[in-house]
Amino acid sequence: MVVGDILELAARYREAGADELVFYDITASPDGRSVDRSWVRRVARILDIPFCVAGGIRSVAEAELVLGEGAEKVSINSPALTDPELISRLSARFGAQCVVVGIDSQTAEREYLVYQFTGDPDRTRNTARRTLDWVREVQDRGAGEIVLNCMASDGVRRGYDIAQLAAVRKVCNVPLIASGGAGTMDHFTEVFTAAQVDGALAASVFHSGNIAIPDLKQYLHQQSIAIRV
Amino acid sequence: MPATRLAIIDSGGANIASLQFAIERLGLPSDLTTDPARLHDASHVILPGVGAAADCMSRLEKADLVDTIRALTQPVLGICVGMQLLFDSSEEGNVPCLGMLPGRVQRFANRADLPVPHMGWNQLEFDASSPLLQDIASGDYVYFVHSYAVPVNDLTIAASQYGHAFSAIVQRGNVYGVQFHPERSARIGAQLLRNFLRL
Repeated sequence: MVVGDILELAARYREAGADELVFYDITASPDGRSVDRSWVRRVARILDIPFCVAGGIRSVAEAELVLGEGAEKVSINSPALTDPELISRLSARFGAQCVVVGIDSQTAEREYLVYQFTGDPDRTRNTARRTLDWVREVQDRGAGEIVLNCMASDGVRRGYDIAQLAAVRKVCNVPLIASGGAGTMDHFTEVFTAAQVDGALAASVFHSGNIAIPDLKQYLHQQSIAIRV
Repeated sequence: MPATRLAIIDSGGANIASLQFAIERLGLPSDLTTDPARLHDASHVILPGVGAAADCMSRLEKADLVDTIRALTQPVLGICVGMQLLFDSSEEGNVPCLGMLPGRVQRFANRADLPVPHMGWNQLEFDASSPLLQDIASGDYVYFVHSYAVPVNDLTIAASQYGHAFSAIVQRGNVYGVQFHPERSARIGAQLLRNFLRL
């Protein structure tokens, strides 16, 4: 996506009442390259809601650049699995509130297991780490928020993985954001009430226009879910 | 507001760019500085802060700004940790702060049902009006990110709930503090900054 499109999309979601935006460059980690960050400052200029930058952040210096340009948070996923100490370093330097850890997880061998490099199907690998153990570890290391992407639900639009999210919620004392599976407005109600998550992330249903954010927020408000409308 | 000369104290926190952009969106200039003379001459001063209270205090001390800030008589607004620094002390690192407002900043209790940091949109609650709250309604949402907070006290002009009530906005004389991030609180945040700059 070119920068002009990013800015337009950011402005559109802001106008629609999105509470937070996450900008993913999902191909950054598998390619072993860094992302061109010149757009971060331009986004920060126009956005008056919080936003998070994810993808290819592998060092304190890289995070410092992104945060200094005006992002509220950085989200790390694959680099945290390669170098778990990175979470500790980021948290010590910027505070837990800036450090989001993204986790890609799915059931394998009758357990929830963490996957790495999910941005590239050819390089995606099962790390053999138990998701619940990793959730505990990243918190101990100073993560201030966890985004749990349930891979089997992702892109299918049949609802969030409530069972997995509820299991993670039990061991997660920092804000937990559900990702993967949103298809209808009821899916959002369900994930907030049944899995007790703090936030719900969705991409395709918003990008496609299938669900309009103002309608969704009004709907959730009517369902007595605390949300800014 | 032609006479507004806003100085933002360069406290080294990561949210300074966001704050500068928020002021820019209001169509106003701002001066990011650690120069005591420029702070003294400004019509309004904002003290932003992100990170640990002790780190922020030591940066102010290193820049030799503690006495300068304490002596400011124009409207001063502390944001987030910047607000916490206005008080006597913080439980975070057990650090003495600027002491411009009485009280001690406390950590949120660890509770299974309330993740800390308190991060996200939450509602302001207030009864009495204040110039800082013009065109803002009780129940409006603003964006918070913090693990420590000031208990509700005589200086609280708006509270928020997170397990219990805490101070979202405080004021005494020319000294104002907001626990949330107006620069990331959409329309309500912009309104609050506009109100402050009109004081």
